[in-house]
Amino acid sequence: MFSGDQITNALDQLGITHVVTVPDSTIGQWHDAIEHSGHTQLVRVCREGEAWEVAAGLHLGGARPLVMIQCTGLFESGDAIRNVLHDWKLPIPSIIGYRSYLNQDTIPGDTCLVFTEPVLDTWCIDYKLLTSPEQLSTITDHLGGCRAAGRPGAIVVAEGKA
Amino acid sequence: MSVPIGAETLPSAGTSRMSQLDVLTTLHERRGARDVVITTMTPARDWMTLAPHPLDLVFVPSAMGHATSIGLGLALAQPERRVIVCNGDGSMLMNLGSLASIAESGAANLVVLVFVNGVYEVTGSQRVPAVASHGVDFAAIARGCGIRSTFTFSNIDEWRRDAAAVLGAAGPTVVHLAVAGVPGKPGPRSPGPAGERAHRFMDALAR
Repeated sequence: MFSGDQITNALDQLGITHVVTVPDSTIGQWHDAIEHSGHTQLVRVCREGEAWEVAAGLHLGGARPLVMIQCTGLFESGDAIRNVLHDWKLPIPSIIGYRSYLNQDTIPGDTCLVFTEPVLDTWCIDYKLLTSPEQLSTITDHLGGCRAAGRPGAIVVAEGKA
Repeated sequence: MSVPIGAETLPSAGTSRMSQLDVLTTLHERRGARDVVITTMTPARDWMTLAPHPLDLVFVPSAMGHATSIGLGLALAQPERRVIVCNGDGSMLMNLGSLASIAESGAANLVVLVFVNGVYEVTGSQRVPAVASHGVDFAAIARGCGIRSTFTFSNIDEWRRDAAAVLGAAGPTVVHLAVAGVPGKPGPRSPGPAGERAHRFMDALAR
């Protein structure tokens, strides 16, 4: 839906210094552009829960990190999200890939469609779902607004394959 | 006993063990004024008995296992500071992948101290899988992840003698510290609202 350059440009506008990430087949396509942007450091971690806590440390240290993971990693991240966003009250932004939203050919009946948005609601994450390329500007509008308000915001990007 | 890179490390079972508080007291004496020290679980409990420092981050409440990750983030954001993480063995096993993430980052200013007592002390000293029974070797695991600066200690005199050199080594560094559990001792208590402490900590880093 979005190119790596489009995502990198949005991250630049938001002043993001570090993207902490575990890839999926959509997010992973953005890595090269982010890594070569010269503005944003890509931090690769092994599991999504790690990503939130690495971002927490970056935030505490004065950087401006963003977590970039798939929704399956959102499910894995539960205790880290509770700790970072709610115990320590750190407004870490995120971009979350929404597996199978546009196309369920690979995983018919994918339960990501059942749980992704309720889980975001449960964790009190203010999110916007993007389903078309025309919504690109929502990334900066929404995440910039959440930062100004001091709350964690997420962009959920509809994906077309598993 | 300090063990250089590549040397055989001792299994946990049957070895002598240090007092965790003694190990932390030495760290307290050796830490630099600009160093960040992150503590969690029983190392946090014992660290809080020592004089506090504005750059202490008592990671209580925590997401268990993630002290190494928050330390990695701090080390990347503050490359001119040394960041020391005091982790437990159960916590380390809960987030072993973070050692690979740390290796990948190359954070030369990050030191991970793993306090190895073989039990989940805060929940009543139940056994941590394989630590006592199979001699889980965190220095060897770190080396297997590509972290070249690793050490093992089970003797407090050697730790006291070498701690400054270990902390000053080019990292990332992982240290396996064989310590004795203290059954029946309560777990750490949060020293105050975490959100407020986060702001104070950030202010201290900015000064």
